[in-house]
Amino acid sequence: MAPAMAEGRPTLLALRGVGKAFSNGVTALRDVDLTIREGDFLSLLGPSGCGKSTALRLIAGLSTQTSGALDWRVKVDPAQIGFVFQEPTLLPWADVFDNVWLPLRLKGVSRAKAEPAVMAVLERVHLERFAKVVPRELSGGMKMRVSIARALVTRPRVLLMDEPFAALDEITRFKLNNDLLSLWQDERFTVVFVTHSVFESVFLSNRVVVMAARPGRVFGELAVDAAYPRDEGFRTSAGYAALCREASDVLAGAMNATAGSQDDGH
Amino acid sequence: MTVIDQPAAGLDVEEARRVRRERLERIGRWALPLAIMILAIWLWDRICVWNNIPKYILPRPGVVLQTMYDDAGLLFSSLLVTLKITFLSLALAVIGGVGLAVLFAQSKWVEMSFFPFAIVLQVTPIVAIFPLINIYVDNQTAKLLLCAWIVAFFPILSNTTLGLNSVDRNLLDMFKLNGATRWQQLRYLRLPAAMPYFLGGLKIAGGLSLIGAVVAEFVAGATGQSSGLASRIIEAGYRLNAPRLFAALVLISLTGILIFLVLSLVSHLILRRWHESAIKQER
Repeated sequence: MAPAMAEGRPTLLALRGVGKAFSNGVTALRDVDLTIREGDFLSLLGPSGCGKSTALRLIAGLSTQTSGALDWRVKVDPAQIGFVFQEPTLLPWADVFDNVWLPLRLKGVSRAKAEPAVMAVLERVHLERFAKVVPRELSGGMKMRVSIARALVTRPRVLLMDEPFAALDEITRFKLNNDLLSLWQDERFTVVFVTHSVFESVFLSNRVVVMAARPGRVFGELAVDAAYPRDEGFRTSAGYAALCREASDVLAGAMNATAGSQDDGH
Repeated sequence: MTVIDQPAAGLDVEEARRVRRERLERIGRWALPLAIMILAIWLWDRICVWNNIPKYILPRPGVVLQTMYDDAGLLFSSLLVTLKITFLSLALAVIGGVGLAVLFAQSKWVEMSFFPFAIVLQVTPIVAIFPLINIYVDNQTAKLLLCAWIVAFFPILSNTTLGLNSVDRNLLDMFKLNGATRWQQLRYLRLPAAMPYFLGGLKIAGGLSLIGAVVAEFVAGATGQSSGLASRIIEAGYRLNAPRLFAALVLISLTGILIFLVLSLVSHLILRRWHESAIKQER
């Protein structure tokens, strides 16, 4: 069954008037209001410098807001948050198994105890045959899959992804998009996905939140109410094209707003 | 569709040339230095003969070799003494260097406070410090060890400190997200990341600990308290026993080369699976 659309699911996290200013005077985020519901696949879409990565780091607890509040409506243990970086960020000296085992190892789970979970998640990302291989022997897409497997091995409730596929070629990216969607549908975690690609955000998410830059803020939101599962057919459908167009328009508005605020500001 | 003609079998001209060049390079890598070395020794021998140089000034290579054989008992027992100091001081340098580096990595403040002292120790010539050590330390072995340690520990300390601090920021975030303790961060992230740097420092320290040991023996030997290779050299110098002096010298430099080769091999074995420096390029 496809996850139900936006309404009707409980709120997981509400950002209220969240702002982040850095000591060098840059305001990365100003007055961000955002509600994330349980089971959402929410994309943060925007030009570079709009604070989407900063927002993700705030949610992850890697940094603290300077104003406003993050209101977790459901108690989520930090250990239940998975994070996927833009780069694979693997331990180069450890093989695939050890890299995926790491989050469990840090919680004191022995190799033998962790093995079923690690192998299961490696199977989910189609890397079960590569457990003994070190990262440098893998392709870019495979490394990213290891990174995703590592984020999923703790069975997180929230998966935060910071432009995870931006550095990959298109063919690999499409493949990983499909894999990610099927993982999301099976495991039912909540995803916050940062991207600068309109097409990727529309293909993946049920909600696209468009952000504007300088200062980073929420500009608009778009509900993508196409049904899941979405496959290659959806990627070439007229509905998808129309949604992409809609998202592009909102993004263009955000870009204009950015240019405007630049003129006002200086 | 167009069909592109391909060379039916084997390698094209450019590829064949490359393979040939690589093979030549592989042979040249050890054959050339060896040939030059043999040439130099032969020249040395000829110069002695042509100029009738007496053996107490410059012995012929054959005489040096003969001395090494005749005095083997004396020389090798001395070498053993020197080696003992060398390896003990290297081991202490590893423990001290890595230990201090780990301490430095725990806090920027500790590093800022103590690193200058390490530099002071490093830049002050050991020969100038030795008279002080000679006064303060009674035990002969401890004296030499301290000396060699001061010379050898710095590259390990400075390299390991650099390595412990050169960790990918995202990986640090990843550890933080997973609630890693300081110890786990050190054990699973910082120490492995510092390994290539540490091994680089170890290679330098290996040579330095030998130099440190010999220098320490020299200074100590001047007061007649040492039995290492350096004191054999001093002794031989006093007696104008040039062949034995040369034999001791050859032993020391062979030992240095051996230490370097062994440490290079260790480094290669540890890093070969993942670190760029140890991976053979295939293009």
